[in-house]
Amino acid sequence: MTTPLPTRRRLAPALTYLSLIVASLVVLVPLVVVFLTSLKTSGEVTDGGPLSLPDDWLNLDNYVTAFTDGKMLSAFFNTTVILLFSITGTVIIGSMTAYAIDRFDFRAKKPVMALFLIATLVPGVTTQVATFQVVNSFGLFNSLWAPILLYMGTDIVSIYIFLQFIRGIPVSLDEAARLDGANSLTIYWKIILPLLKPAIATVVIIKGITVYNDFYIPFLYMPSEDLGTISTALFRFKGPFGAHWEDISAGTILVIAPTLVVFLFLQRYIYNGFAQGATK
Amino acid sequence: MTDTTHTAPAKVPRSVAPARTPVPGGGHRDGSLLRRLTPWLFLAVPLALLITFTYVPVGNMIYYSFTDWDGVSPDRRFTGLDNYEQIFTRPELFRVFFVSFYYLAASAVQIAIALYFATVLSFDLRFRNLFKGILFFPYLINGVAIGFVFLYFFQDGGTLDSVLSWFGAGSDHAWLGDPRSANTSLAGVSVWRFTGLNFVLFLGAIQSIPGELYEAAQLDGATRLQQFRHIIAPSIRPVVSLSVILAISGSLSVFEIPYIMTGGATGTTTFVIQTVKLAFQFNKTGLASAAAVVLLLIILLITWIQRRLVPDEKVDLV
Repeated sequence: MTTPLPTRRRLAPALTYLSLIVASLVVLVPLVVVFLTSLKTSGEVTDGGPLSLPDDWLNLDNYVTAFTDGKMLSAFFNTTVILLFSITGTVIIGSMTAYAIDRFDFRAKKPVMALFLIATLVPGVTTQVATFQVVNSFGLFNSLWAPILLYMGTDIVSIYIFLQFIRGIPVSLDEAARLDGANSLTIYWKIILPLLKPAIATVVIIKGITVYNDFYIPFLYMPSEDLGTISTALFRFKGPFGAHWEDISAGTILVIAPTLVVFLFLQRYIYNGFAQGATK
Repeated sequence: MTDTTHTAPAKVPRSVAPARTPVPGGGHRDGSLLRRLTPWLFLAVPLALLITFTYVPVGNMIYYSFTDWDGVSPDRRFTGLDNYEQIFTRPELFRVFFVSFYYLAASAVQIAIALYFATVLSFDLRFRNLFKGILFFPYLINGVAIGFVFLYFFQDGGTLDSVLSWFGAGSDHAWLGDPRSANTSLAGVSVWRFTGLNFVLFLGAIQSIPGELYEAAQLDGATRLQQFRHIIAPSIRPVVSLSVILAISGSLSVFEIPYIMTGGATGTTTFVIQTVKLAFQFNKTGLASAAAVVLLLIILLITWIQRRLVPDEKVDLV
């Protein structure tokens, strides 16, 4: 083992780093170019190449345009409302289901489990043709409630995350509380829910990012101008801004920036959360 | 996943236990009735939502698929299997399936790249976390934003053309201009977007391998390639096969990127784009439902094959 390293041994790490750097460039260059474009003036975009640098690094005019003409402010507001309601709903519904399934014994338990399991196999995109009619018949078309209810009602992954976690909470805690006279609702609210915190964190992160990024549901159910979410509002940049790439780029960066901030702060949770969510 | 139902009986004793404790106050009968109702009180809302937004639509969709309904008018005619016949016989409806092959090929590339980087980054490296973050980040980005980033990237004289001209390969090729290069470009975007997820899944699986195994292998003088073949490959097989299945059903239900970037123009219409257009632009709810049922059946078939090929307990994390 003490023989001098052959060249191959020294070349291999260099090639490894080279491949990593190339991959990083492939990821970053398209994004950086859009960021640079968002700081340029209209003239700079038409005259200079896409890789040229902006003259004024603090030129935020395009961002102002994106906010005012692109209605990004109301889009961020709508997305926040949808996020708040659908995440709260998902956490409550998912944890209640997990509590009922894991802590009670009832005859229809297996059929109920099967009902949730089979639903995981149905891809949401395929059924929208018919879901649309259901949502429409409730008069929810073109309202924030359509996406909120759909995000809340069709999230089976989070039920599994809660189910997996709740099994690790000792039943003796429930029993002790019951002897003290607590009823099931109190046990769920005061004992189970607080102990589910790590699972709640995972669900909030996965659900939050999924809802923030979703395009299909708001596009289908909220075509009204005032009901844009960040996805649909950005999508509408395509028409009026035509070839104004500096404005489109500013809108794009505005949408990506919050994701980047959340990612930088919550990296560890995000990796674990998505690894858990995707393997369901 | 199905084994969760099998393990359920094992827990019966402990959940029965509280029932034996005397119920303070009210009579014994009331107590047990309440106890029997309790799980349903917790399940009422979740089940109502599940049925309303998953099972009712699936049922309706199957029903619509046998009619010529346009989605608005009160009357609809029962047309039997006519819609299904159209999907498989009208070439312009059937053709969209072939677009899936571009995305299928892309998923193969994606899984290979993800495997390579997961292996590389499972060893100690400088800036390991930085590289991990960079590779994963695209998966978190909003789909519309990705669409615009790459519309600009593929533009005439855009980023791609400029970078290529540095290497002397300058071209004025319209990347999204003809079906072949447009589909290849879009599939490339899909690789850019989804490699990160596969990579993180594989990396997680590799890192759960106990370190002593590598140490033992190194003592025996195993090269990295040998370590990959004999230690890493066997332990990540379940997660890789799961990714393959997800990739196949994913390739069939591609929607966002092509819809945002080209709107399905120049031969980039996918099966889902076509279904959405049939239903919401051409008011052919019946035909669109039949198309959706066909896709659903294909995906169920693929999932069934997966369950047969990969024994449950290996993938199951529940």
